[in-house]
Amino acid sequence: MAITSSSAIDMVEYCGEDELHVLAVDDSLIDRKLMETLLKKSAIKVTTAENGQRALEYLGLGGCENHDPALTSSGVKVNLIITDYSMPGMTGYELLKKIKESSTVKEIPVVIVSSENIPTRINQCLEEGAQEFILKPLQQSDVKNLRCQMMKINKSCSGRLYLGR
Amino acid sequence: MDVSQMQRQLVDYTASLFREGFLDDQFTQLQQLQDESNPDFVIEVVSLFFEDSERLVNDLGRALNQPIVDFKKVDAHVHQLKGSSSSIGAERVKNSCIAFRNFCEEQNTEGCLRCLQQVKQEYFLVKNKLESLFRLEQQILAAGGSIPLVE
Repeated sequence: MAITSSSAIDMVEYCGEDELHVLAVDDSLIDRKLMETLLKKSAIKVTTAENGQRALEYLGLGGCENHDPALTSSGVKVNLIITDYSMPGMTGYELLKKIKESSTVKEIPVVIVSSENIPTRINQCLEEGAQEFILKPLQQSDVKNLRCQMMKINKSCSGRLYLGR
Repeated sequence: MDVSQMQRQLVDYTASLFREGFLDDQFTQLQQLQDESNPDFVIEVVSLFFEDSERLVNDLGRALNQPIVDFKKVDAHVHQLKGSSSSIGAERVKNSCIAFRNFCEEQNTEGCLRCLQQVKQEYFLVKNKLESLFRLEQQILAAGGSIPLVE
């Protein structure tokens, strides 16, 4: 079977970008450590942030939004953002909104985690575009599930998950 | 005591902690996350919990002893404690926090102070139990044994 030039490029991209990468946002050190370990156990690379502001900075949204994309290119790929809902300063919901409003990173799926099972809160987040709402504490089964979802999304819109900073 | 006796003791002790509600399934999750690449995971997370809790309990005492109590602040502290106790599987501490939050909502200082006492009690109980558990584990490891796997 002949390999066309376009599928050869796809193969190279896929092999090179095999590792999934999650940005985990939570003000609790214990929960950050937990999420990190859970994700690493599923062979997922993790970057943690202790609040929404730091998360936005990592995503290149911290400062002036009118940066020239040609000037920045960290090449970092983020497959998923997991954020706690209740955080001082900026809530997970507010972070979600900022991400969805940004032209650069709105394609990155966002999962909200919360210790509280409040239907209005859940609906609010889902309506704002959250991929999923998961009750804390996060379980290994949740991570396996997320991993599957990330793999699927990765295949369909890989290019749009890169951060240009 | 030989290693197998110590291992049996550990298994029995751990089972009793679950039976008596000190620990719940989340603690088992923590144990399952521990492996050769992360051999001290449980102790590390639990130690963080101890530090966090002691700080929060102190902050709560201070906040509730103000002439005018800021219940939002008190509730925020309790919410944090509830979260961390839930994350490590300290079930009784978590449950005492739930009751606590109700009194915060009612802005009931007396009720809150009683809950704080309850939370402290539960915290020290589970702290002692976990420290005993870790000591048992260390003894087994020192004697060349391995920690029985959690089902």
